[in-house]
Amino acid sequence: MILLDIVDTASWWTIVIAVQVVIGCAYFLCTRKSKKHEDKLTKKMLLEWKPKPLVEEEIFVPQPQLMGKIDEGMLNVGCTSFLGFDKEPQIMERAIKSLHKYGVGSCGPRGFYGTIDVHLELEERLAKFLQVEETCVYSYGFSTIASAIPAYAKKGDIIFADEKVWFAIQKGIDASRSTVVYFKHNNMKDLERKLEMAAFQKDLNPQRRAFLIAEAIYYNTGTMCPLRKLVELARRYKLRIILDESLSIGTLGEHGRGLTEFLGVPRDEIDLIVGSLEHSFASIGGFCAGSHFIVEHQRLSGLGYCFSASLPPMLTEAAIAGLDILEAKPHLIAELNLVANKLQCAFSGLNYFTVSGDDLSPIKHLYPRDVVMPYETKMEFLHNIEKYCLHRGIAVAVTSYIKDAEKNCPEPSLRIAASTKLNDAHIDELCDILERAYLHCRS
Amino acid sequence: MAAVQVGGGDNLNESKSTSKISECNGKKKTDNGKMGGNQNGYVNSEHKSNGVDSAADMEAPAPWMDWAQLDIFPGSFEKCSLLTAALTHAGLYLLMFLGFVNQLLFTPKVATERNRVGYAPLYNPFEQFYSRYVYRRVRHIFNRPICSTPGAELTLKERATDDYNWSFRFTGAEKRCINLGSYNYLGFAAPEGECADAAEAAARRYGLALASSRAELGSTPLHQELEETTAKFLGVEAAVVFGMGFATNALGIPGLLGAGTLVLSDENNHASLILGLRLARVAVRVFAHNDMRQLERLARDAIAERRWDRIVVVVEGVYSMEGSIVPLPALVALKKKYGLLLYLDEAHSVGAMGARGRGVVDHWGVAPGDVDVLMGTFTKSFGAAGGYIAGAARLVDAVRARGHAHAYAHAMAPAVCAQVLAAMRAIAAPAGELRVRRLRDNTRHFRRRLRAMGVVVFGHEDSPVVPMLVYTFSKMAATVERLTARGVATVGVGFPATPLNKARIRFCLSAAHSRAQLDRCLDAVQQVVDELGLRYARAV
Repeated sequence: MILLDIVDTASWWTIVIAVQVVIGCAYFLCTRKSKKHEDKLTKKMLLEWKPKPLVEEEIFVPQPQLMGKIDEGMLNVGCTSFLGFDKEPQIMERAIKSLHKYGVGSCGPRGFYGTIDVHLELEERLAKFLQVEETCVYSYGFSTIASAIPAYAKKGDIIFADEKVWFAIQKGIDASRSTVVYFKHNNMKDLERKLEMAAFQKDLNPQRRAFLIAEAIYYNTGTMCPLRKLVELARRYKLRIILDESLSIGTLGEHGRGLTEFLGVPRDEIDLIVGSLEHSFASIGGFCAGSHFIVEHQRLSGLGYCFSASLPPMLTEAAIAGLDILEAKPHLIAELNLVANKLQCAFSGLNYFTVSGDDLSPIKHLYPRDVVMPYETKMEFLHNIEKYCLHRGIAVAVTSYIKDAEKNCPEPSLRIAASTKLNDAHIDELCDILERAYLHCRS
Repeated sequence: MAAVQVGGGDNLNESKSTSKISECNGKKKTDNGKMGGNQNGYVNSEHKSNGVDSAADMEAPAPWMDWAQLDIFPGSFEKCSLLTAALTHAGLYLLMFLGFVNQLLFTPKVATERNRVGYAPLYNPFEQFYSRYVYRRVRHIFNRPICSTPGAELTLKERATDDYNWSFRFTGAEKRCINLGSYNYLGFAAPEGECADAAEAAARRYGLALASSRAELGSTPLHQELEETTAKFLGVEAAVVFGMGFATNALGIPGLLGAGTLVLSDENNHASLILGLRLARVAVRVFAHNDMRQLERLARDAIAERRWDRIVVVVEGVYSMEGSIVPLPALVALKKKYGLLLYLDEAHSVGAMGARGRGVVDHWGVAPGDVDVLMGTFTKSFGAAGGYIAGAARLVDAVRARGHAHAYAHAMAPAVCAQVLAAMRAIAAPAGELRVRRLRDNTRHFRRRLRAMGVVVFGHEDSPVVPMLVYTFSKMAATVERLTARGVATVGVGFPATPLNKARIRFCLSAAHSRAQLDRCLDAVQQVVDELGLRYARAV
């Protein structure tokens, strides 16, 4: 009896399903037929079609000051060559030698004969330096993290990111099409609250990939991230961490291995470390470091890695040469930290500027005090200060943000980079000129 | 019209419940119900045509393009026979099946994630399976390291594997091969000579890098000169240069396109274009590769929708996987007729195409002003790195002000700038035009002889990218292996860069190749074609 029942119900269901399939097929076929192109364009519509030009309004682009070599004829505290590798003659000689061996361009992506032995050497050396299993080298700093994020995070995943992350990270998050939750800058309480909330609402669950993205030293604020707490939260809520160490590798830690070394966080707690060759190493490019399991994936999935020509060999060689120097002279890091500290002290004594940045951070942001102005006027004000300083032989950088494209656009500021070349006299002069510039531009 | 019908329907329902009034009312309405639609429609149109005579004319469909007058040849794309297609698929499934069995029987020799128990899996299982058991089998033909200039010849560092491509070790041997894999179209990738000297001088003068973005402290007179020279070279008002070709599209497009823009994009557009469009958050519709008729249909539909501010067609000059050239004159005619805008990516064509090396614009004899945005890279023909966006001054200003690269990405290395400048000047000189002509002759010669062998070659006669179809994955690997053994370094491309059953060998020609070198390559190809049976062409 029971068996018969089952057969009965089964057959009944079979009929229902069969009917559904037939209806589905019929619907599919009908809609396909009606999908046949139906032209609606009339002459009138074509006459009324008045496309707008690509760029409607006049755009004013401030002409940047043309520079020579870094520090040529002036003191450059805007460029981020923290260790002064731009002035190392041996780096230049090795790069030139490499140029006369390989030519300038690599003429192909890594997959198609764009892998030159120097790339492999740099990857190996970086891995050894950072004490990780593997690294992969990108040909542009911006594209490194912007490609690394969408290689792992996809549509449907969830990303927790600091609200002050720099633009490349924002674009990487955009490209990944994941859900993103921004937490307040360096505010672990806020992050914890948001994680708790997400866990409660089942936004965080074991089926959904979740990532935590932060910068070791924030490019937009100069502050350091509380990595230990981040790691703790990430382990508790099962998030993978992508850490942008662009500014911290070569500037923090005993050997310059970055924030992980500085805070003594085991490197395998961080799933992916992203670094840049454009700051401390004074070359071009970027790299990702981590375990073989993580990094190898980018060689097939990192868009900026697969689909772009590889880094010109001479610039790769320059990075290797820079690494040689860094390994031979780890005391450079201590020197840099000292300068950064001195700068911080000097800047906190300024009358007309407030400073943002960690004591040891090589990047400091200066915000003019008592200036209540709309964004554009403030930018102009800062550019006037920049001009005043340039005129007196100091190049400072006014942060360039694209206001409409930034997630929450940071306050305009002067970005000052610490570097080993700065001595006390430089710092005094810099402070003096900044104060005078403020007064001059204010009047 | 619809409202009347609905009203009629309502009354009809009422007529059932009420008795008296409904009689006449109902009758009237049933009449309406029966033929109301037609009648109403008729009356309506009558009314309109009563107005002005030309109004009716205005409702007539707008005329279509007369394609007979224009060259819309999309490139030669010979279809393979059903048998080949079936075998290719079968081969791939067999590979996957074997991989599946392999996975069941042996634990793969790969690193696994440590200390992440209870986390969601980081990778899509199919992707991982594919890369471990299908891609791994042909892994040795990709990412092959070289230790020389990627010029007319290159030196391969030979690798060997002891564990079926899970890992490689260097044998220490090196092999000199003729280079048919690099994008060195005009042969400017050279360790010595004018360009290299200019690069050296620039590096010594300006340093290796500026460690700042262009908008901050990264602009040198060299960058400015390069931008002016590029604009002059292309015959447009202005240009802006970037340090990476991929980033030119990915970061430049968001500065140009925004809300209200519809993009019609070729299906074979490069990943950087697709990423740029995604970051610009514009609506995108895709048309079949080089299919001008479909593009016209899409454009007409979009105009009829009346909700777009502008419609931009995004195409490439030469397609790097198909070897085809965009039918630019037809596209320009289409653009003018419908008021479309045109974004042309000349990554593979600038320098390599046209009598003067100015790209596909030059090749087809189209005025550079007819293309709204000219984009290109310096990686290929100029033997350097980076890219440019050129066009009207106002447009270039927009890319500077709103594009992402100018404000955030670090400036191009001075040595790279100088290499591009030197190469650009060399192309403009008579000797440069000789290079362009040599490339064209090499291309035609190579394509002619390949076709004579009876293999399927995609694309246009003049395109220096020459894809030879081998269809199956395994044949792709076998061909590359055998060609390497015969001293020819070339590239195999398969899924996911191409459709599943369209694996191909891609030859990139160069002006640096001598005729003797090419003939040596062709002889090698001939031998491999004979050995592996790659004559798929139906008609020779």
